[in-house]
Amino acid sequence: MWEKWQADFQLNFIDNDRWLMLVRGLIATLQITVVALLIGVAIGVLVAAIRSSYDKNKDEMKRRGQKSYYVLWFFNLLCRIYLTVIRGTPTVVQLLIAYFIIFASSTNSLGVAMFAFGLNSGAYVAEIIRGGIMSIDEGQFEAGSSLGFHYVQTMWYVVVPQVIKNVLPALFNEFIVLIKETSVAGYIGIEDLTKMGDLIRSRTFSAFMPLLAVAGIYLVLVMGLTALDDRLERRLRKNER
Amino acid sequence: MKDDNVIIRVEHLKKYYSDHTIHALDDVTIEIDKGEVICIIGPSGSGKSTLLRSLNLLEMPTAGHIFVEGVDITDPKTDANLHRRKMGMVFQHFNLFPNMTVLKNMTIAPEKVLKENPQEVRSRALSLLERVNLPDRADAYPSQLSGGQKQRIAIVRALMMRPDIMLFDEPTSALDPEMVGEVLDVMKSLAAEGMTMAVVTHEMGFAREVADRIVFMDAGKILETGSPDEIFENPKSPRLKDFLAKVL
Repeated sequence: MWEKWQADFQLNFIDNDRWLMLVRGLIATLQITVVALLIGVAIGVLVAAIRSSYDKNKDEMKRRGQKSYYVLWFFNLLCRIYLTVIRGTPTVVQLLIAYFIIFASSTNSLGVAMFAFGLNSGAYVAEIIRGGIMSIDEGQFEAGSSLGFHYVQTMWYVVVPQVIKNVLPALFNEFIVLIKETSVAGYIGIEDLTKMGDLIRSRTFSAFMPLLAVAGIYLVLVMGLTALDDRLERRLRKNER
Repeated sequence: MKDDNVIIRVEHLKKYYSDHTIHALDDVTIEIDKGEVICIIGPSGSGKSTLLRSLNLLEMPTAGHIFVEGVDITDPKTDANLHRRKMGMVFQHFNLFPNMTVLKNMTIAPEKVLKENPQEVRSRALSLLERVNLPDRADAYPSQLSGGQKQRIAIVRALMMRPDIMLFDEPTSALDPEMVGEVLDVMKSLAAEGMTMAVVTHEMGFAREVADRIVFMDAGKILETGSPDEIFENPKSPRLKDFLAKVL
């Protein structure tokens, strides 16, 4: 039994330096995840800002007959279409469309994957942040206004710090989902962690070790993220009691 | 303006909600003089909070005008935030900023809105804390304060903007009974200094003692106004008699 395990290990990881394939795969997975996360947060913040300022200010802007109302209305509509399309279609399909249609002329599949996963994640991040803003008591906005803050000042000094604290768990959940979702990158020929595990399996005809190794690496990544989340949450909570 | 002493004039103010069946405010006209303390009383749903919140444009009136220091604030061209700086507002639920210390709650608006010198703002805040007997709570967070302490902080936070008028929206309604007194004391001292105040309240004792004038509202209308003596000793409308019988 023990000798069979040893042989299996030798075959899957040591022979031909196959463990290096997992390392390369892990690097690709991390590259896609980190860039997609940054893109997703950027899009998410922007979309949430547009959506919630429209909801909070539309009546006042309409009443004062401001032209900016129509600008905001238009951007709000764009955001809603974006959210509907992204959340209404599977990630893999979006990835394939990005690779084979939108960027059909591009050979940089890693870049396409970063873009596609970032665009996808942005929709979920946007709704998490918007939910966080909506959950802030209306009295906070009123108190800000009554002190003479304009909307952006109220958001920046009062609302955003509270939102960050409130959305952190949901946001980290989205990051965890994102890390694991990149495992479909193999669909467009990227050799990410999952793909590499599968490649080893197809060469050694031994599934157990490479696939469990891949699963174990994802697990460690996610546990790391969870630990980071715990630390951040504890640090933010200390501020208020 | 006919009368230089009038600081707020409300003319034919109406507020309907979307279905047009409820008239939160139904043709309200009232003047408030500089330095005057008025208390607005009435049953819940009578529109007294809506009237007060309209003065600060937290509610948008459907029709009518509000002149504050001669400026029509209901005019769409008026900058609501500019106007709000001159009016301090105290809420039933305090609405302190939980992410800031007491001191920061007080200093942020003068610093960021009025662009005042942080040093000067800080020393003003500390002396106001002294005044409401909370000098040692400057670095506390709102969650560490009692209700009465929170409301006293909310009052001095509003005072930090050096407002011309202070609006109080049921400032003691969310407090435990034993904490009502400490908040009313601060308001009394403010009134004694000559601050113009509009107070929506259920504290009849306070209204009687401090108000120059009492306004009784019901169903979106002002039914009766008068001195505390007139209102409490000599109520005219049956609705007010009925209300007083229930609350006194």
